[in-house]
Amino acid sequence: MTMKIEKIIRLLDAKIVCGNHRVSDDISYAFSSDLMSDVLTLDAENMLLITGLANVQIIRTAEVAEIHHLVIVRNKKVSDDIVELANELNMILIESPYSMFKASGILYANGLNPLY
Amino acid sequence: MIELRFILEGGDFDRAGTASSETKKILKQLNIDPKVIKHTVVALYEAEVNIAAHAYRGEVIITVSDHQILAVLKDEGPGIADINRAMLEGFSTASPKVREMGFGAGMGLPNMKKNADVLEVESTPGAGTTVRMIFNF
Repeated sequence: MTMKIEKIIRLLDAKIVCGNHRVSDDISYAFSSDLMSDVLTLDAENMLLITGLANVQIIRTAEVAEIHHLVIVRNKKVSDDIVELANELNMILIESPYSMFKASGILYANGLNPLY
Repeated sequence: MIELRFILEGGDFDRAGTASSETKKILKQLNIDPKVIKHTVVALYEAEVNIAAHAYRGEVIITVSDHQILAVLKDEGPGIADINRAMLEGFSTASPKVREMGFGAGMGLPNMKKNADVLEVESTPGAGTTVRMIFNF
């Protein structure tokens, strides 16, 4: 089962930081991690990354790992240069006030598949 | 044959990943298999992060030939005292700052080995480290 980004936004009480054009994208899997080294070992398409980090390395990691959809939890704010880079790389960034545990739990309970 | 060169600065986490990013763009333009591109840039990015995390400065040279991508990353830095230990998953000497960035869990070299067809690491403690990776296509 896939889940649309717009549904993920609704479920997580989230807002889009950039990448509005991706709201209708279908997501097949989600993976929650603050460990970018772990994200770099993944091999999945249409995967949502849920993270508590808000630094430029989450964008660089997503770029090399071919991830285009990111949720930043706990209302962390990304800086303008991070938004600019994410825009340039055609990614959608979403901010949710929920914790990583709560965000992951809600999406899982609503049928979004885990990667492992 | 195409050659790309990048200079890296130790400790510069804002720019770590830019060599991988530029390389990805060029490999895409060359119409190389997306799977090979992903393996190459993931391994290259791990290596860039290692230089940002541990070395003083470094240089990346990427050579793309008909059926192969060769990446050589040469750094000046403290070197690796025990390469066999550094290759073990979970072994890390990274600083708390590096860990806060989402790295330093001892997965970099093992992940480079997983992605590259050939990985060679040579190091002289007190002088620096050279990493050679080959990706075939």
